[in-house]
This record gives sequence, C-alpha cells and structure tokens, in this order.
Amino acid sequence: MAYSEKILDHYSNPRNIGALDRGDARVGTGVVGAPECGDVMKLQIKIDENHRIVDAKFKTFGCGSAIASSSLATEWVKGKTLDEALQIKNTDIVRELALPPVKIHCSVLAEDAIRAAIADVQRKNGMVAGSQPAQASTGQQPAGAQ
Amino acid sequence: MKSPIYLDNNATTPVDPRVLEAMLPYFREKFGNAASRNHPFGWEAEEAVDKAREQVASVIGASAKEIVWTSGATESNNIAIKGTARMYRDKGRHIITQTTEHKAVLDPCKYLEQEGWQVTVLSVPKSGRIHMDELKAAIRPDTVLISIMFGNNEIGTVQPIPEIGALCKQKGILFHTDATQAFGKVPIDVEDMGIDLLSASAHKVYGPKGVGCLYVRRRAPRVRCEPVLHGGGHERGMRSGTLNVPGIVGFGAAAAIAKDEMAAESARLATLRDRLWTGLSTQLNEIYRNGDPVHSLPGTLNVSFSYVEGESLMMGFSNIAVSSGSACTSASLEPSYVLKALGVGDDLAHSSIRFSLGRFNTADEIEQAASQVVSTVRRLREMSPLAEMVAEGIDPRSVEWAHH
Repeated sequence: MAYSEKILDHYSNPRNIGALDRGDARVGTGVVGAPECGDVMKLQIKIDENHRIVDAKFKTFGCGSAIASSSLATEWVKGKTLDEALQIKNTDIVRELALPPVKIHCSVLAEDAIRAAIADVQRKNGMVAGSQPAQASTGQQPAGAQ
Repeated sequence: MKSPIYLDNNATTPVDPRVLEAMLPYFREKFGNAASRNHPFGWEAEEAVDKAREQVASVIGASAKEIVWTSGATESNNIAIKGTARMYRDKGRHIITQTTEHKAVLDPCKYLEQEGWQVTVLSVPKSGRIHMDELKAAIRPDTVLISIMFGNNEIGTVQPIPEIGALCKQKGILFHTDATQAFGKVPIDVEDMGIDLLSASAHKVYGPKGVGCLYVRRRAPRVRCEPVLHGGGHERGMRSGTLNVPGIVGFGAAAAIAKDEMAAESARLATLRDRLWTGLSTQLNEIYRNGDPVHSLPGTLNVSFSYVEGESLMMGFSNIAVSSGSACTSASLEPSYVLKALGVGDDLAHSSIRFSLGRFNTADEIEQAASQVVSTVRRLREMSPLAEMVAEGIDPRSVEWAHH
C-alpha cells in the first residue's frame, strides 16, 4: 500500500513527540487503544487560564497512519479552546491525511485520544466534562492514564 | 532512489539469470504444445518437459514419472488434500494437519470439513515443531491423510519429517508435506523420509511464478488423486491443462541449480542469518526470535521488537523489503495466526518482522539492514508510550486496556 505524502511527512517528522508533566493540573492526558490491537496513543494537552490549549504532546505505538493521525491531532489542538478542540472529527483527519478505508480506525483513535485528554483536564479542574471515551486504567498510575 | 535491499525471499525470489536464459527459447522458436504428438514442435516441447521432470525429481530423490506439473504450490496442496481425500473416501474421512500450515493447506481441509470429513488441527509448542506423541495420539482407524509442512514460511521452523513419514508408513496413512519453502534449500529424500505427496513451487527457488509441482508416489504405495481440474487428462489424469512449457523449463533449471549449490548456499545463508540476529540482539534489548533456532530453514529469521509496531517499523526502514506479522499489513486487522499459534502474544505479533534471505543477498547488505533496523527501532521506541511505561516501571501487560 502506498502512503500519502502527508502520512509519510508526519511519520518521518512527527510533530510534538514527548511528554508533559502529569502532575500539572493544567495538563490533561488521554491514553487510548491497546497493545493487542496494535495501537496505543497517548495524547497530552496543556491549557492556560482561558482554557485554551497552549501545548500538546504525543507518543504512539502503532502503524504509520496511527503515528501520523496522532501527530496531526497535536498540531490541530494547539491554540484551540477545549470546546473548539472537541469539534475535531476523525473524518477531518481521514481527509487531511488521505487515509485508506482500512486505516480509518487510526483516525477514530486520534479523536478518542483528544477527547480523553480534554475529559482528563476538565476533571482535574472541576469543569463539567462531556461523555468520556473509554481509556486505559490500572490500579497503579500508568503513564498518563487516570 | 536506490533499489531496496530485498529480504523477503520467502514471499518470492527473483528469477536467476541462468533460469531465464534456459526459458527464453520456449517462448519463441520452441513454442510447441508438449501434447502435440505429431510434429517436431510438440516433440521438442515434450523433451524439454521431460528433462525438467528429471531435474525437479532429482532434488527430492523421486523418479521423473512421479512429478505432476501444476500452477504452483496452492494448486499442488489442493490436489494433494482434496484429491486423495476424495479418492480414498471409502477408506476413511479423517485428516490430520497442524495450526501453522499455510492457508493453502488449512483452507482445503476446512472445505473438506464442510463436505463431511473430519479434520484434526494439532496445536504446536513455542518452537512451532509438532510433538510426535500428540500426532500419534490423534491418529484414528479412519485417518487417511496427514499433511504437515516441511518448513514454515513465517518462522522457518522445520518439522520432524522423517519421524512423521515413518509413523505414517507404520500406520498405513498417506503423508503429504507442503515443501514450498524447503524445496531446493534443505536436503529432501522422499524415500528416506517416507513422503507420499510433496508440494513445491518454482518462484521460491529463483524460478518463474505460475508453475509448481506435486510429487505423487508411484509405488509402495501407489498413490492416486482425484483431479481438481477436469479436462484433457494430462499429467496422468491428475492435472488437465496444456503444460506451461517455458515455466516448467524454468522450474527444471532452477531445481538443477538449487541442487548443485544447496550445500554451500544453505551454509552461507545460515551464516548471514546468524550474523543478522547477532547484529540485532547485541544492539537492542527486548527483542525475541520466533520459532525454532535449531530446526530452521537457513535463511529465515522472525523477530519481535517489543514496544514498536511492525508496519511502522517497515516504514522506517523503507530501504529494506521485509514482511511483518502485524495486522496493519493485512486487510484482516488480525495479527499473524502462525505467531499466535506459537503462543506469541498479540502485542508481540504486531511487533514482528520476518527477514528472509536469499541467493542474491550479500554480507554487506545484511550489515546495512541490521544497522537500519536498529536505528528505526530506537527512534520508534522514543515515541512509544509502551516503552515509556516500562521505563517508569509499569508493565503494559498489567494495564487494563480499553479495547476498541
């Protein structure tokens, strides 16, 4: 399968790889997917006092399309308010990266990761959270998962 | 762009220039139909086909008359399994095979199940080598066929073929082996090994695509197969259809070269394969070799690289052509059933890469490949949330993942 130029670009030069301090109240973390399914995305956002996203980081275990989808997601959420970021739809990611049908789940996962990170920061700051997508949980505190 | 290093020789191999040379006249001046008995064009073609029959038979210690030409190993497997099952339907309707067979064996067996046969699919241990005592225990009075592959295409594990052959002889059961990956690469002798039916394909041994063969034993016992294709009665009635003369000539030439060079070439490939594994395992932690390191095809190395996904790995070393057990490389979204059968977890199956080396690979290519793989794994682990968890002392397996 040939990849689109944009997927290759995000794969080769991923934007915003890294981690933000989970202890920071202004940081929200979403971890979605599962290793057995072949993809896990961790997406983190940091908000300012106006609930605008000032920074975003990701780490992804997954195929090139999963890496590209999460890289693009971090690019898109930066500078948006939480409400604006919630408007990002997986179909926007599919269109931007020209994902083939078999890779649509990568975009769904990226949307889930955005929502999970937003829900996390809303919870930490006592904001009213919308519906929460399923995400990883454990008795201990895994990387980013609450 | 520089042409990538080809390490996917279990998928297919390039045609050896010597093979192509042998084939060319049979597309042009020697174009006759081997079944034309009344003129020199036909005689010439038939003579070439007979020579190829000798060449292919000689690789496996068979006689030329026991070789049936087919379109490839998938067809050979279909004739061997469906053909013998139907021929001996009154003797019994039980077949034994095992989980890591190619789909071209498993699917004909499944098809027969729908038609009323019973199929036992033996599981395998971590090495991928069946346990002989489990095979013995699976045999029933109505077992007519045991189909166990010679060497596995994904992990390279070689099965205990002589032991299975001896058991089948003792019990009076037919023994078919899919030798697609082993033919011309490791020594095979159908007499010593008690093999009754054997499938092989030209394009895995530097011959052309679209031609294969089925060895069908002619004496002790004389094995018969009902045809899958009905028609002009070619190939002793087992496989009708005009013979692919250039392809068959190519298969013959490829077989002769493979036989001549087998000893030296298999030693060379095993050395390169071991060098690749050493290069990877000394520079990377948390990598696992899948399959049986001792009983293995010389050029096959299957490795799982923890915390990174196979397809993204392959994207990273775009200069190396390999294949992966990751679901993301298939339309099914299921990781390799072969690795799952070995008990490799889904996470490590998604992280697996198969390197299959061949005749035209050089030591220099193997070193380049090892270094590219190492740097890609390192880069992707840097961005892996699983590697991060492990670094923080959390076992990803202890996490309750939300499956989607």
